[in-house]
Amino acid sequence: MIKKEMIAMLLAGGQGSRLGILTSKVAKPAVAFGGKYRIIDFPLSNCINSGIDTVGVLTQYQPLRLNTHIGIGIPWDLDRNVGGVTVLPPYEKSTNSEWYTGTANAIYQNIDYMEMFNPDYVLILSGDHIYKMDYEVMLDFHKANNADITIAAMPVPYEEARRFGILITDEDRKITDFEEKPENPRSNLASMGIYIFNWEILKDALIKNAEQPGLDFGKHVIPYCHRNGNREFAYEFNGYWKDVGTLSSYWEANMELIDIIPEFNLYEEYWKIYTKSNALPPQYVSRDSVIEKSIIGEGTNIFGKVYNSVIGCNITIGENTVIRDSIIMNDVEIGQNCTIEKAIIAENAVIGNGVTLGAGEEAENETDPTIYTHGIVTVGENSVLPDGITIGKNSMVSGVTEESDYRDKYLGSGKTFVKAGDER
Amino acid sequence: MKELSQKRAIAAMPVAGNFRAIDFVLSNMSNSHVSKVGVLTQYNAGSLNEHLSSSKWWDFGRKQGGLYVFTPTVTTENNFWYRGTADSIYQNLDFLKNSHEPYVIIASGDAVYKLDYNKVLEYHIDKKADITVVCKEFPEGEDTERFGIVKMNEDCRIENFDEKPMVAKTNTISCGIYVIRRRQLIELIEKCIEEERYDFVRDILIRYTDVKKIYGYKIDSYWRNIASVKDYFRTNMDFLQSDVRDYFFKSYPEIYSKVDDLPPAKYNVGSNVRNSLIASGTIINGTVEDSVIFKKVFVGNNCTIKNSIILNDVYIGDNTHIENCIVESRDTIRANSYFKGEGDIKIVLEKNERYVF
Repeated sequence: MIKKEMIAMLLAGGQGSRLGILTSKVAKPAVAFGGKYRIIDFPLSNCINSGIDTVGVLTQYQPLRLNTHIGIGIPWDLDRNVGGVTVLPPYEKSTNSEWYTGTANAIYQNIDYMEMFNPDYVLILSGDHIYKMDYEVMLDFHKANNADITIAAMPVPYEEARRFGILITDEDRKITDFEEKPENPRSNLASMGIYIFNWEILKDALIKNAEQPGLDFGKHVIPYCHRNGNREFAYEFNGYWKDVGTLSSYWEANMELIDIIPEFNLYEEYWKIYTKSNALPPQYVSRDSVIEKSIIGEGTNIFGKVYNSVIGCNITIGENTVIRDSIIMNDVEIGQNCTIEKAIIAENAVIGNGVTLGAGEEAENETDPTIYTHGIVTVGENSVLPDGITIGKNSMVSGVTEESDYRDKYLGSGKTFVKAGDER
Repeated sequence: MKELSQKRAIAAMPVAGNFRAIDFVLSNMSNSHVSKVGVLTQYNAGSLNEHLSSSKWWDFGRKQGGLYVFTPTVTTENNFWYRGTADSIYQNLDFLKNSHEPYVIIASGDAVYKLDYNKVLEYHIDKKADITVVCKEFPEGEDTERFGIVKMNEDCRIENFDEKPMVAKTNTISCGIYVIRRRQLIELIEKCIEEERYDFVRDILIRYTDVKKIYGYKIDSYWRNIASVKDYFRTNMDFLQSDVRDYFFKSYPEIYSKVDDLPPAKYNVGSNVRNSLIASGTIINGTVEDSVIFKKVFVGNNCTIKNSIILNDVYIGDNTHIENCIVESRDTIRANSYFKGEGDIKIVLEKNERYVF
């Protein structure tokens, strides 16, 4: 009989629309992070490092990149005879067919998958946070408290607590009440969206609430279990944890990696982050280049100057090009004599010669002022920018653009320019 | 090569930042759709075995074929080490006998090159050869003393084969890559061992030069053997040239290696890197010029590294000067050290304890 003590269910179906153009073609968990990684590498690596070898990855929005990245799980050692990683997309059923309508609904539709492994506990994770966490320690806490449900929670400053779901506990960390994005928080323990359930409790709660539209853990399942008198505990986590849900937090989290001793340290031996790398060769740094305070991925050729930046794999940066405070994802080509400041350039983009990104004064973005902020210039994946153009701050460009698309080779601050058309 | 090969087989020598020498031949095999590969190792096989602990990196983890590592074993009939190249094949002759593939490619793990063995095989069949030897013409004046020298006729049949002669008759060398029919190989090897001869080159290639049809297959692409310090150093430095990098890394087919899951290389304030190759997991705080830095190297503040090769997992303390050196892997260089190779390349082999953070 197949038996796993704890299996993980990783929710990776969300779009993450606040990342703007970065998630127009890929699900948020597949967005590149930290030079060579993708966001989903962090929870997947946490799983294998915590001794969890059975992970169901629930996909829905734009799953292609996610599927090819995960494959059969070799990079994370999740290619197993029993268990391993399984990608779980929504599927057609004989009586009805529906998309995953909510976090818990997605799990509900895969009860059969979980049942196969006969688990004692099920760990629910989301694929959009950057952190290192030993889920086994959390499970020990869960067992020690004889809990039915344990929710990982992180103390946040009170001013920020109103952005989160807040857990109110007694001194034994037993949860007594919840508040969703409260005006006047009574506690500063924010739920991290990481749950350990006793399998029987979870199964029962999912089946009982199956009819609830948009069945969600935070809104429905956890409160339901609370009303039923299940023992719910908050597991306090004090390590690094970053929600990279917005462009500015995404940019910030990347930039934190280049500090001398980063708060989130990728260089630790005993908690490696694994990823599927398609580039092996070393990087080449030319005689005239300057690199300071940056991390750079494999196979990249640098002929220019790079300061305070996170540079991915297989990138070419041309001569006399200066890059500052930017994030460049894999397979990007950047020409000569460019000046690039505070930009996020998504995968496979081509930047011509003499291009300036991040010029001039800041101005509010005209289409999505809440997404394209903090002066960041964003270039979508597979985009092409022709030679000699200048683009201002808080702006976004996507598509294969030509010189004739720009007036006087210039796109001012706060502009959004999406050119539809054939993929390159 | 003594100092460096004290630690590992030459096939396991790190090359070009992220690779080991054997990756090139294994990738060539894989890219030529040779799915069954036996690796014969004996001398200092530790690093090599570690590198080959999984065959999936070269795509050999297959039901049909696979990667087999053969070290000498003691059996009731045999308790010798491999007494020579022919003997190493003889001791694993059952592997050859139990295979069904008609041809065998014999290659060594100490050369850096790209080659489609199918082309050699086509040539071999075309020439109706008994053995085909891959050869390369060295430019005039190049040192050939470490190699076997072949002399071919107009039809490329090898007329004369000298192993490491004092005076070379030609500047065409054998690359140590052979194609031969499996049954032919078994027959030759069995006969060879019967006569208590154990070396493939001396006792088969040279002895049979006039009897068997031995042909040379000339290559003019990049090929370098790394089995001397000078050549090892030069091969690594070749990768600072963009045409060499483009040939190996940017054009089809690719070279594969074991994936180490190291984080991206990190350049802190004060780093000054020029014309160098930097592998992943490395952290740089100092100056690096015209050098190849392998994986997981730490270069301290105010260091200067010039025209050197720093192998995997080396820690270099602050204010250190290293010039014209090869620094052995897993080494720890104390702060304020000074190493400079005068004339020749100096091998740095400090055995300091690593300060554990």
